[in-house]
Amino acid sequence: MGEAESIGLLETKYSRRNFIKGVIAVGATASSAGYFIGGSGLLGAQSVPGAAERLITLNVNGQQRRVDVLPNETLAMTLRYRLNLTGTKLGCDRAECGACTVLIDGVNRYGCSTLTHQVRGSSVTTIEGLENPDTGELSLVQQAVIDEGGFQCAFCAPGFIMSMTAMVNENPNPTRAEAAHALSGNLCRCGDYHKILNCAMRAAELARSV
Amino acid sequence: MAIIRDMIPAFELFQPTTVEDALVLLAEHGQGAWVLAGGLDSYDWFKDRIKRPEAVIDLGGIDELTGISDAQDGLEIGAMTTLTEIVRHERVRSEYTLLADAAEHVATPQIRNQGTLGGNISQDTRCWYYRSGWPCYRAGGNTCYAAAPQAMNREHAIMGTSRCVAVSPSDTAHALVALDAKMIVRGRRSSNVYDAEDFFIGPATDITRMTVLESGDLLTQINIPGEWANAHFYYEKVRDRGSWDFQLVSVAAAFKTSGNTIDDARIVVNGVAPFPVRLDAVERLVRGTSVDEAVAIEAGEIAIQGSHALKYNEYKQPMMSNLVRRAVRSVA
Repeated sequence: MGEAESIGLLETKYSRRNFIKGVIAVGATASSAGYFIGGSGLLGAQSVPGAAERLITLNVNGQQRRVDVLPNETLAMTLRYRLNLTGTKLGCDRAECGACTVLIDGVNRYGCSTLTHQVRGSSVTTIEGLENPDTGELSLVQQAVIDEGGFQCAFCAPGFIMSMTAMVNENPNPTRAEAAHALSGNLCRCGDYHKILNCAMRAAELARSV
Repeated sequence: MAIIRDMIPAFELFQPTTVEDALVLLAEHGQGAWVLAGGLDSYDWFKDRIKRPEAVIDLGGIDELTGISDAQDGLEIGAMTTLTEIVRHERVRSEYTLLADAAEHVATPQIRNQGTLGGNISQDTRCWYYRSGWPCYRAGGNTCYAAAPQAMNREHAIMGTSRCVAVSPSDTAHALVALDAKMIVRGRRSSNVYDAEDFFIGPATDITRMTVLESGDLLTQINIPGEWANAHFYYEKVRDRGSWDFQLVSVAAAFKTSGNTIDDARIVVNGVAPFPVRLDAVERLVRGTSVDEAVAIEAGEIAIQGSHALKYNEYKQPMMSNLVRRAVRSVA
């Protein structure tokens, strides 16, 4: 809770970049201190069976990332403010808009409405993890979005691209209506759905030709 | 609804791996415990600071609660099975289409990928006065803001009310009642089986909960009996938008037929009362009849007998009437 509130304060006090560095540097000590008051498994043996450890390893974009996570922390928060993966956006923070969509074991889910502790042992893919890590080559879906010029402001783009990725993996031969259904968990305030669907259909086409 | 963009207030998180451990944790933390299934209803409560549990018991790590298995007669569905798994399950799709249809109508792909059947039917009502933290009857107060003269109550109940006029938000609840599903509820000392119809309770029974589940109880499994497999099903959900939205009114019906004669029927409507409403009178009317337009119209009329509209939800009466009419007509 102490750290929870400090996120808002720090953000106004320092630039965002400094804030991120700060959290990475002091996160472990500062946040643990708050947690000790409530009684913690970190002090020694776990006090209660099933109680969640604070320091966990996450598999994000193929890398094992050691990170200190509060029990009440959402995956979108961890990705953006602890791991600096700011491609995942926070729009509504209410499982409504889809800007925070990530893949968890290949399944598209809302990062704002998943506790980070629930994805220990799963592999998380964010927008940063779609390109080929060695060559930098874009994924088929990313390429399709560039080909079709699908987005206006593109705040919703990372979320849409993750949903498209899940859709193409599952059904590379969708009708336009099926694509719309598969993307119905993502909102675009620019109202650019027609072109976004063009991207989805183009991505499916690329996937079929591989 | 308050929009707060920061952390969820602190709680202790427990991730048991067996039902037994979960029940122990629930007993230990009593009223301070919160059962977390998919979490999509829960996180809104937490983020709005309306509900502030001390201990969150996450059921996500309990393997025995997930999956669909063939029973001797019918299906056994773990309460933590996701809606997507249900939609994709071969036997659900072919024999219990009603449930697949209902699950597919829940919210969005992301929510179906995470939301569970147990969570969908145990979720709390969406009445915004209640969800905004107003001290209404359901929240332990002594008034209902939604039934007040100036209240915005377009989405509220037209029947089954008792002080509280909130509606059940679930898209799968009435499908499970229509299929005569059985709910397995485990407590620390005993285990009970409820008919789906009795699992959902109205405010007259207990105004603070929507199901029989009390503190310390866990819904572990939903059994679908074989009796209604491959029946003639009808599901229709009316909502303001084509995705995400909760129902305004929706109907789930199962008919056993020979030709266009109805031998037996279970017709259930949701979105009109604090619980899914089984229409016994309509079932009696259509049982043994050969369906024609006159029967369908009468069914629609009987369905809304005794209903009582609030200021802004009068439209739900003809909407419910028409949905029931369509369900019956679908047999012909």
